[in-house]
Amino acid sequence: MEAFTPIPATIGGLLIGLAAAILWVGNGRIAGISGIFGRLLPPDGSVAWRIVFLVALVVGTWGTAQLFPGLGVGGPGGEPAQLVAAPEGWTLGTPLWLAIAGLLIGFGTKISNGCTSGHGINGLARLSVRSIVAVAIFFSVAIITVTLTGVV
Amino acid sequence: MRRDIPYYVTAAVAGLIFGAGLYVSQMIDAYKVLHFLDFTAIPTGGWDPSLAFVMVGGLVVMVLTYRLFARQQAPLFDKSFYPPALTKVDTQLVVGATLFGIGWGMSGICPGPGIALIAFAPENLLVLLLAMFAGSYAGTFVVPGGREKRLALAQ
Repeated sequence: MEAFTPIPATIGGLLIGLAAAILWVGNGRIAGISGIFGRLLPPDGSVAWRIVFLVALVVGTWGTAQLFPGLGVGGPGGEPAQLVAAPEGWTLGTPLWLAIAGLLIGFGTKISNGCTSGHGINGLARLSVRSIVAVAIFFSVAIITVTLTGVV
Repeated sequence: MRRDIPYYVTAAVAGLIFGAGLYVSQMIDAYKVLHFLDFTAIPTGGWDPSLAFVMVGGLVVMVLTYRLFARQQAPLFDKSFYPPALTKVDTQLVVGATLFGIGWGMSGICPGPGIALIAFAPENLLVLLLAMFAGSYAGTFVVPGGREKRLALAQ
């Protein structure tokens, strides 16, 4: 198996879980990232904490990379972080590929009300039927998409 | 809406730790995620199961958290919890999850890592994030806005 990193993966997952626990127990909010940024517009009176959370998220990623360089991509001593290049059969360029992906991610998570953190971690943990269905669908569709597109 | 300092400190601390987790787990590495989603790599030895371990780590903590705090009436710094308003599986859930799955499979990036990558600003991130925000905003014309409307829908 290539590049399998069970220990950092588990520790990272525990940290994400801890973050979600703090947000829930402290503020009563679900740490689902698509929802946290998705409800910035139109603004509904909860914009301030969302901005605080999202800025802190970026700082947390950046800061941890400074403190623990070389865990993989990002930060000093690591490989440069990069997005994918469009697969070989796609002739319209990588930016358009990524723009389409972004539109689908944004629209899809908004109308299904969650993503890998919202449905995948919080929803499954609450045994939400909606989340079980959502996770089953987006994982299997993503897997099929990778196979069909040959992006890796 | 005015809230106290501890509310914002909580949001900040949660955000920091979430961001730390995304780096440590390397979910910000689109190729690492894609090497999990690429099941065709299982027979050829290129498959990376790490993502499953990330999910398990997060789930263990949240399952425990929801159990431990199931009887709490309110969070520490607000008057009530905000669980999801909708409870039934509906067309928008199924369609939305499908579309998200396609976008995730195309890029190996989901919302959390997308935002976290602002820290490292890879090429084309701006295009991806602008599109993500645009797509999310477009979705607000499909689903009802505001918690009251959603709660009313769920009845």
